[in-house]
Amino acid sequence: MNEGNSTPNAEVEAAPKRGVPIWIQVIIWLLLLGLLAIIAFNMKRSQQGSLKVGDPIQNFTLSFFDGYQFQGKPEINLSDLKGKVVVVNFWASWCKPCEQEAAALESVWKTYESGGQVVFVGVDYVDTEPEARKYLSNFGITFPNGPDVGTKISQYFRITGVPETYFIDQAGNLAYAQIGPFGSESEIQAIIDPLIQK
Amino acid sequence: MKRFLWIFLAVSLFSLVWVGNVFAQKPTPSDDEVNAVASQMFCPVCENTPLDVCPTQACAQWRELIRTKLSEGWNADQIKQYFATQYGVRVLAEPPRQGLNWLVYIVPPFLIVIGVYILFRAFRSMHTVNQLAGGETEPNGPATDEYTSRIEEELKKRN
Repeated sequence: MNEGNSTPNAEVEAAPKRGVPIWIQVIIWLLLLGLLAIIAFNMKRSQQGSLKVGDPIQNFTLSFFDGYQFQGKPEINLSDLKGKVVVVNFWASWCKPCEQEAAALESVWKTYESGGQVVFVGVDYVDTEPEARKYLSNFGITFPNGPDVGTKISQYFRITGVPETYFIDQAGNLAYAQIGPFGSESEIQAIIDPLIQK
Repeated sequence: MKRFLWIFLAVSLFSLVWVGNVFAQKPTPSDDEVNAVASQMFCPVCENTPLDVCPTQACAQWRELIRTKLSEGWNADQIKQYFATQYGVRVLAEPPRQGLNWLVYIVPPFLIVIGVYILFRAFRSMHTVNQLAGGETEPNGPATDEYTSRIEEELKKRN
């Protein structure tokens, strides 16, 4: 077969191929890999589940509603509470199950308040302030309470709803997590007492 | 008489001030005005439910808060900013243009542009192949017609 007999197919094959420049291909692949990495990271974070018993709890600051204070301060830092048992209760005024345990929590707080070994902290989750204040007033809650501004604390604890209560031991590690409301005062005390005796 | 005049003036002045105050008050925002802002946000506790159609008590409280803010003269952007600060940016229907959120705005258009470019190249290469192969296929046209006319002739003969 000589050149004069070249077929149209041969001409097609001989047509110059202008591919995407290699640097563009590299950029596209890098972008895709970056995107996949971000998606994977977020998926891993969202599937972490709740905090586990024994996990060290990182420091957080909670500013209280007006009228609440702890040791004369309008806010609380978890890092300042080393050596005490800390009970962190997540609640909201729109949460009906929270109402079931509100009185019990306040009553148990009153039991331990004078001892100084236990600190109760109420974290108000995605709530509006007027309703939150009404709730606190209705149940006569006196332990320090404040809004979870930006939902940073609840995101750190990876709460799945309200009410949820986390018990932090004297070393600053998670000792117990209660998902849902408490049924009675004794139920709460049964968790706190062994922690105090540690 | 002079005394009555003074009293009349005082009462008139007081009435003017009182009426002025009444006119200065903003009317309570309607549900439509509240929902116009609420539709730009999402329920804090339910999955993927816009705030304006969410039936939960938490959403009802948030809508009331929007109404209060509107009556205080806040605009939609200020209210959204307030909610984002208080409850996190996840409550916003449209993520703010900052940090990794930019990916939401950049990646889809970028992928569309790449897709259009790939399609353009594919169509262009198909067109080129057709053009190059065109010289061979065109002469077949009349041959096909001749073949068809022969078949038709044969059919006529049989009839």
